[in-house]
Amino acid sequence: MADDKSKAAAYWKANLRLITGCLIVWALVSYGCAILLRPLLAGISVGGTDLGFWFAQQGSILVFIGLIFFYAWKMNRLDKKFGLGE
Amino acid sequence: MSQFAINVLFVGGSFAIYIGIAIWAKAGSTRDFYVAGGGVHPITNGMAIGADWMSAASFISMAGIIASAGYGASTFLMGWTGGYVLLALLLAPYLRKFGKFTVPEFIGDRFYSKPARMVAVVCLIVASLTYVIGQMAGAGVAFSRFLEVDATTGLIIAAIVVFFYSVLGGMKGITYTQVAQYIVLIVAYTIPAVFISLELTDNPIPPLGLFSDHSASGEPLLSKLNEVVTALGFNEYTAMVDNKLNMVLFTLSLMIGTAGLPHVIMRFFTVPKVADARWSAGWALVFIGLLYLTAPAVASMARLNLVTTIYPDMAAQVQNYEDAAANPIAYADRPDWIRTWEETGLITFDDKNNDGRIQLYNNAADFSDRGWQGNELEVSNDILVLANPEIANLPGWVVGLIAAGGLAAALSTAAGLLLAISSAISHDLIKGAINPKITEKGELRAARISMSVAIVVATYLGVNPPGFAAQVVALAFGIAAASLFPALMMGIFSKRINNKGAIAGMLSGLVFTLVYIFVYKGWFFIPDTNNLADVEANWVLGISPLSIGAVGAILNFVVAYLVSSFTEEPPQEIQDLVESVRYPKGAGVAIDH
Repeated sequence: MADDKSKAAAYWKANLRLITGCLIVWALVSYGCAILLRPLLAGISVGGTDLGFWFAQQGSILVFIGLIFFYAWKMNRLDKKFGLGE
Repeated sequence: MSQFAINVLFVGGSFAIYIGIAIWAKAGSTRDFYVAGGGVHPITNGMAIGADWMSAASFISMAGIIASAGYGASTFLMGWTGGYVLLALLLAPYLRKFGKFTVPEFIGDRFYSKPARMVAVVCLIVASLTYVIGQMAGAGVAFSRFLEVDATTGLIIAAIVVFFYSVLGGMKGITYTQVAQYIVLIVAYTIPAVFISLELTDNPIPPLGLFSDHSASGEPLLSKLNEVVTALGFNEYTAMVDNKLNMVLFTLSLMIGTAGLPHVIMRFFTVPKVADARWSAGWALVFIGLLYLTAPAVASMARLNLVTTIYPDMAAQVQNYEDAAANPIAYADRPDWIRTWEETGLITFDDKNNDGRIQLYNNAADFSDRGWQGNELEVSNDILVLANPEIANLPGWVVGLIAAGGLAAALSTAAGLLLAISSAISHDLIKGAINPKITEKGELRAARISMSVAIVVATYLGVNPPGFAAQVVALAFGIAAASLFPALMMGIFSKRINNKGAIAGMLSGLVFTLVYIFVYKGWFFIPDTNNLADVEANWVLGISPLSIGAVGAILNFVVAYLVSSFTEEPPQEIQDLVESVRYPKGAGVAIDH
């Protein structure tokens, strides 16, 4: 029982770490590259405009899709590793 | 075949499919009705979420908004997709593990409080009902333009179809019709976009075309677009916005609002396993992304097409935009699609300088030196997508497809919202509070009756839209962001938040957000009751009423945390409940209690 508890706690901790990492990327591409950091990226041009515009209208959506699949895949491995899957 | 006959064929054909699915997927139990039996495959569910989520606003209006605001409207693109990251990481798997039927049920159980559940029911009904009005109105526009019936008749036809498959099939019928509706809407959206992209950039893939060269001028499409719009006094299409704080908060409000909308969350209860909830969020965003990556391409290309239709000399490589701007087309020579849409009043022309030509430019700019006395052509944002096939001279069947697609987008979202409303009434209000002893058969009947009532109310409001129809999006997202999302998230990620904290948090987030919206938009949206004009100079710290949901959410978190810290811990069994939703093991199917 105590072992189960510590295993569960470790699983939850690993999950929280993964969520934090993913949300940092999530915020960085949308609020960062697409909005606040756009002036800094103005030098990098993409098809007639700048990288920030690409992130705002295309890049962030692609990263979001990648993030969800990455998270789902990692969590499946965590579920297995800790024996907490279904 | 006449265009009208083609439209009837496409719309009628798609409706026949939906009705066929409804008969095939009749709900036999409350489990079927609320969660489609709980056995939906994650890819199927992803597709259904796509249709559930992409409303008349996404299909009909979004590209038009982006076309006129350019970079500034990226908020909608990021906000309405980024919310799925929050759903996948913070809510969907845990709520699926919880394994009940509705969102208020989780809030009621987790915060061991009937009042909390009722607050959630009220938030859900207000958010969903305001949202559904927009769908019915969108369906009305599509009907009146393509089927030559008046909007009221169109709405009643649409309501009967929705009634048929949602009352009969509940979530089960809605799931499979949404899959069909997704296919109809994505095909309808993509085909004209591919043709326009080919025509303008020689690239058949619109999202790539957006960053390719414009074939007529050889310049990159977006630089070309910047040149032509600035020649007409508009801001550059790709120009940075000044108020970055507001843009960040607006995007954040849309993201957490998306994650907190009950009709979307409910769809995650239909999959068999916790892992499937995570996968279906990913698939949902793939299917949504197909439209959301196409929309900005459609937007910029349609804007360029519109300008070069009025000023044909601007299309090729241009040395002197002054001269090109001096030579717009004569009103008498306008293309057919402008004539068609003039009839609906969504394009209007007023020859202010009486030269018989069309001057289209930024009304705020002064071009009196060119002999222009004001912008003469008003084009509603809502027509860009619907008019796309006509602008690109595509065959009649594509027009019919667009009509069916617009209706699919509006009706699939309406059905999801109506289900969220009816299950909150039959499951949370009737079974949860008024008559807990109701039999399953009785509850199923109650669900069907409340669904019928919700359809009648939504249709009535669609026919007689309250004056605030345009503002409702702000309200729905504001409520979901400020009240539901934080309560759900804290319920999962904190064991310490108790009933008092959750209720205080939800109410303060909700009241704060509503008051801020009402101060600028009018109390309860009654015209002329606003205390301050809704202009940037009046906004606190430059935060618009559309962006306030994010601030309301932060307030909700802070109040809930503070109140909980000064009051007692939740009882042990609640802490165990929180513990159990965190681990997928033993999820089983969604169950009634």
